[in-house]
Amino acid sequence: MSVGILGTKLGMTQIFDEAGNAVPVTVVQAGPCVVTQVKTEQTDGYAAVQIGYGEVAEKALNRPKLGHLSKSSAPALRHLREYRVSNPSEFELGQSITADQFAAGELVDVSGKSIGRGFAGYQKRHNFKRGPMAHGSKNHRLPGSTGAGTTPGRVYPGKRMAGRMGDERVTTRKLSIVRVDDERNLLLIKGCVPGKPGALLSIAPATIVGQQVGR
Amino acid sequence: MNAEAIIRSIEAEQIKDDLPQIYVGDTVRVGVRIVEGGKERVQPYEGTVIAMRNGGINESITVRKIFQGVGVERVFLLHAPRVASIKVLRRGKARRAKLYYLRDRVGKATRLKQRFDRPL
Repeated sequence: MSVGILGTKLGMTQIFDEAGNAVPVTVVQAGPCVVTQVKTEQTDGYAAVQIGYGEVAEKALNRPKLGHLSKSSAPALRHLREYRVSNPSEFELGQSITADQFAAGELVDVSGKSIGRGFAGYQKRHNFKRGPMAHGSKNHRLPGSTGAGTTPGRVYPGKRMAGRMGDERVTTRKLSIVRVDDERNLLLIKGCVPGKPGALLSIAPATIVGQQVGR
Repeated sequence: MNAEAIIRSIEAEQIKDDLPQIYVGDTVRVGVRIVEGGKERVQPYEGTVIAMRNGGINESITVRKIFQGVGVERVFLLHAPRVASIKVLRRGKARRAKLYYLRDRVGKATRLKQRFDRPL
């Protein structure tokens, strides 16, 4: 089973492992998710499983979305996401996906939206060094040179500058699962994950470079 | 159950409820579990509490003592299983929350007055 799961970040705490070490963990409410669509090679040209998460009132969704969900007799769900799988016949419409598909010690990739930082300067956004703060210096947080002069006569594309930072989809890779709570569908993931508490997260088995996982 | 209640319930499994009431300035004896050559034993560490940090499961104290003429400070997570026991030996009188000024003092100047209004 290589399908991921959608969840909500609840917050961080720390727990003690068997050796007595304090382990920082993020608590994630993972699922329960519902399989809303099974895509196969024949019908869609690729194999994937679409799952839904986040129950909402029916009036919150438009009719096309409700119609799509009614095919799998799922409740009104806010978020839909699909995961590539090798064998879609393992899944059927309406099947519920819960946190117990993961086990403690497993490695996962966690994706979500990072915290938005608005229009951020060079130091915060690109880790530029700052200028001297004293001794008559007026160059505190300025960028320095942005390139050569008359030739080429322009700033090269991709020059790192100030601008919007965060609020983009990022993936934190290869985090290990510390504990799985089947009853409450909780995952305790070691370390931090993108976003603030309440953010939507996608938790999938880790992609290891050089190793085909579930394809 | 909201997010905070869920996190509290996870922490609750490991929070010790038999900790003594500790104040800054107290002299305490902390039993530290250490593993030596596959065997576990409890090593006592005695000193003055110079700082406390609250925060649920993250609660910690900083204990300072002078060992062989050298100041030693250790920070203990109170709820950690490695902290086997804590005993308050003496209540000290402190007028501030952090006694970092003790680091700059030597000998008799590091003493704190004992207070008797708090039970041990």
